[in-house]
Amino acid sequence: MTAYLKLDHIDKSFARGGSVTEVLKEVSLDIAKGEYISVIGHSGCGKSTLLNIVAGLTQATNGGVILEGRQVDTPGPDRAVVFQNHSLLPWLSVYDNVRLAVDKVFSGVKSRAERHDWTLHNLDLVQMGHAKGRRPSEISGGMKQRVGIARALAMQPKVLLLDEPFGALDALTRAHLQDSVMQIHAALGNTVIMITHDVDEAVLLSDRIVMMTNGPSARIGEVLDVRLPRPRRRLELVTDPSYLACREAVLKFLYERHRFVEAA
Amino acid sequence: MPITALKGEAIASPAADAKAPAAKASAAKAKTAEIVRLTPARPAARPNRFAGYAHSAAVAIVPPFVVLVALLGLWELLCSGPGATLPPPSTIWQDSYDLIVNPFFVNGSQDIGLGWRVLISLQRVAIGFGLAAVAGIMLGVVVGQSVWAMRGLDPIFQVLRTVPPLAWLPIALAAFRDSNPSAIFVIFITAIWPVIINTAVGVRNIPQDYRNVAQVLRLNPLEFFVKIMLPSAAPYIFTGLRIGVGLSWLAIVAAEMLTGGVGIGFFIWDAWNSSRLSDIIVALVYIGVVGFILDRLVAGIGAFITRGTAAA
Repeated sequence: MTAYLKLDHIDKSFARGGSVTEVLKEVSLDIAKGEYISVIGHSGCGKSTLLNIVAGLTQATNGGVILEGRQVDTPGPDRAVVFQNHSLLPWLSVYDNVRLAVDKVFSGVKSRAERHDWTLHNLDLVQMGHAKGRRPSEISGGMKQRVGIARALAMQPKVLLLDEPFGALDALTRAHLQDSVMQIHAALGNTVIMITHDVDEAVLLSDRIVMMTNGPSARIGEVLDVRLPRPRRRLELVTDPSYLACREAVLKFLYERHRFVEAA
Repeated sequence: MPITALKGEAIASPAADAKAPAAKASAAKAKTAEIVRLTPARPAARPNRFAGYAHSAAVAIVPPFVVLVALLGLWELLCSGPGATLPPPSTIWQDSYDLIVNPFFVNGSQDIGLGWRVLISLQRVAIGFGLAAVAGIMLGVVVGQSVWAMRGLDPIFQVLRTVPPLAWLPIALAAFRDSNPSAIFVIFITAIWPVIINTAVGVRNIPQDYRNVAQVLRLNPLEFFVKIMLPSAAPYIFTGLRIGVGLSWLAIVAAEMLTGGVGIGFFIWDAWNSSRLSDIIVALVYIGVVGFILDRLVAGIGAFITRGTAAA
């Protein structure tokens, strides 16, 4: 069986001036439909670059991304991105931010009323229907990120790309949002790639955890299968031996074998 | 000292004297704290809304009014002597009474109120500045979006924008062979530079995040222009427009002095040629007030349109 989403021998190097910095080296991964993949690694290991390549925002130097048997190298709504700093347009209301995406993606497919309903449906999905008239500056960081997720979901993407979506949030808000994302993933069965630097988050949410070695020339160090039954509950997992084993495996990878070297 | 007793002491102390022993006893017995009712703070006197408005209006109006009266008094003192070259305010009031009290009289084609003259000048500014705003935003977008357009055009803009407005007038007169389009051209060429430069800066400063959003959504160039670029660069564009409208108003008076016609600038020149100094001073006040209103108008429109966008 061929993979739904295939990262095929991706190399990425940046040339600045005369010097060439190799960021990613030989990154290959097959992802099945509906799978939740986390990419974890120390900062500077090229996680975000990898996500941008999948999104089409950055071009790979060698290799490429194959989605449903077709190569993709330009950005598009089939690979919706939830950006780290939400990237909502501050001059539009919460509703209009999502509606902009809905109008663009479904302009010929859905009627005006359907697009309105679909926008509200997606806001309700992230529990933000109550704030649809507010502007991004009037809502909290966690709420902004919820709207960012609603905007991405509203495009009905084949792959949902999350770039450290909860990185800038406090621990409690982050937990709430993780639960929301788990529920949405269970309900809709999205294929997700999430960049993170949080070990607990990766183990809690993922089917597989992709661990990156340190850059430059970062590659996939190990891929860990997380065989925890779903639905997963945060409290029950705290003492679950297989959860702890997964956690330990990731921690050992990050802090024993690929300790972050400040000078690098 | 045991901790429970300490707690009881601390909590009971704010209570009324009569209740204090009982509170202490119960706290000690049950080893739990008792809720102590504090007397509510006296409600603040409700501020009189009208008095508030009156106060803020007085604060805004009284100081400039006092300064104005003082300046007029000083002026009256200095210019009342026999050797004074300029008229004092009292003489201006007598000489130019018609111009001051009635801005909109018409006594013939050349004898009209200053309000009409200001409107005629404003019409030229509106056309010249309107063209400069549209062309300036377009050029600014090109310069801001394209590195090569910036490299090619920016040095030329930087040189041309230092040319004083009136230096363009002879060339404009030669090209258009008519005074009215020449005056409008001078306004245009004066106002366009700050609009171009500020728009370009605004476009260059569009956050990469918004560009990424536009790319993921596959917005076409027109949609990107309307939905991302204009709102994102709007604060910068309005800064440019505000500087531009101020420069336009500076330039129109000078241009009209040379081209003639019925604008406020020509009125000053005409008054100078017939030694009506009082009229000139009244016209200066008109020009200042109208310039101030124009500036506030553009600033107000900008604040209205860009509301909420400043805080990301």
